[in-house]
Amino acid sequence: MDRFVFLTFDGLSKGAVLAAFALALVLIWRAARIVNFAQGAMAVAAAYAGYSVTTATGSYWLGFAAALVGGLLIGMVVERAVMRFVDHSSPLSEVIVALGLVLVMQAVLGMVYGNEFLPAGTPFSRNALSVGDVPLLSRYDLFVFGAVLLVLVALAALFTRTAIGLRMRASAFAPEVSRLLGVNVGGMLTLGWALASAVGALAAMLVIPTELGLHPHAMDLVFVSAFTAAVVGGLDSPPGAVVGGLTVGLILSYVSGYLGSDVTPMAVLVLLLAVLLVRPGGLFSSTVARQA
Amino acid sequence: MTADDVILQVKGLTAGYGAAPVLQDVDLTVRAGTIAAVLGANGAGKTTLLRTLSGLVRPSDGEIVYGGQPLRDVPVEQLVRRGMAHVPEGRGVVAELTVDENLRLGGLWRRDREDAAKALTEVYELFEPLAQRRRSAGHQLSGGERQMLALGRALVARPKLLLLDEPSLGLAPRVIAQIMALLRQLRDSTGLTVLLVEQNVRSALSVADEAVVMSLGRIVTATSADRLRDDEELRHAYLGF
Repeated sequence: MDRFVFLTFDGLSKGAVLAAFALALVLIWRAARIVNFAQGAMAVAAAYAGYSVTTATGSYWLGFAAALVGGLLIGMVVERAVMRFVDHSSPLSEVIVALGLVLVMQAVLGMVYGNEFLPAGTPFSRNALSVGDVPLLSRYDLFVFGAVLLVLVALAALFTRTAIGLRMRASAFAPEVSRLLGVNVGGMLTLGWALASAVGALAAMLVIPTELGLHPHAMDLVFVSAFTAAVVGGLDSPPGAVVGGLTVGLILSYVSGYLGSDVTPMAVLVLLLAVLLVRPGGLFSSTVARQA
Repeated sequence: MTADDVILQVKGLTAGYGAAPVLQDVDLTVRAGTIAAVLGANGAGKTTLLRTLSGLVRPSDGEIVYGGQPLRDVPVEQLVRRGMAHVPEGRGVVAELTVDENLRLGGLWRRDREDAAKALTEVYELFEPLAQRRRSAGHQLSGGERQMLALGRALVARPKLLLLDEPSLGLAPRVIAQIMALLRQLRDSTGLTVLLVEQNVRSALSVADEAVVMSLGRIVTATSADRLRDDEELRHAYLGF
């Protein structure tokens, strides 16, 4: 029983990060109808920017802020300089351009920073606090939960309570009508990419210290899990991304705890396959029929 | 007709989507404070005319002068700031947004927040059913309610020129009559100019001051609506009834 409790908490803290990363995928999907396969590489690049600042200044928090700002900027540049010019008539061309971006970014990061794992620090202790004899959550886990929760609340407020959020939603659903109503649709698209990329950078900053460290490929496996989480949640649903993230986190944790860590990557793929076979729209996809 | 009266002047407009132009050498003059009906069969180029006027389709030749200013290279999203509102065919209600969000979207660009809020209130007063369904999503509305929403959303911008594409499409005769009456009322009370594209000729002619008949991308006749309504021969020749 203790083991089960431990694995549950471990899974939830893993899942929170996956939720954030899945949320980044959902944000771009909603804004541009693209599954951004470059998300992992973009997030790692932002994390390297954070690493550079932390190394130079000795401050984790300055590096953390730099990674988020770096994420924003990378998202803007990728949309303005690359994605805007991709032929949107076929989703395949977008996927291939995104994969090309991954190769280029990972190669450049490898050349600049080297292909070794760099140590990534945490601002809080990762030693789990025990309740009774069971180690539950570390201070760092609480920080992860808090950060993800804050981002969720902030995004929900942005989209439902502000004029800019209304513009972003309208642009995503009906770009032409939005332009006729005076909305700068191109600007909203750039903003969508920037926000998503910043959320991805946050996820990278949170997850990299809990894995082997900073590396150009550090987010590759995380991307697969987060993509699964986003699909489980239905790709266009932010709450779905969160539930999907936590679900995948728990499954990963139980599988690695009870069956061994060798099988965890397979478990993710089995889950992805199962969802795609049974409910390809995802568990939380909106089934609203468009007929306007 | 003096020059200040003219709100929209189109000269030699040619436009289309590919190699073959849909609009060919279109000339059109619309006076401020009038309702001009653009009539014609399916595929005559009526919708393309509106889309070219609002910048969604770029002309290959010709000139559009709106409010005394040429419109070449003015981005679509700027036109509403100059008082031109386009309600596209199929109504363009954003199905995923609520009634209230759709309406607010129409006034977001406005600097004068106070007047934007006032315009919103006025639209709710004008369209009673919308006021009762503020929180409903666009896709939950009936056809008539959607048309009200699209029209109301355009009015939130307090336009000078309203481009209206087939507002009667798929609506009951009673609802069509209400919409036409509303257009007449807006023209009389606010001096709104309307360029009304319609296949429903009788409804359009019931409110229009001027009438333009299009066929195969060209304007074949431009006359007063009264004349087209009363002159059987003319109606026969161009509209087939």
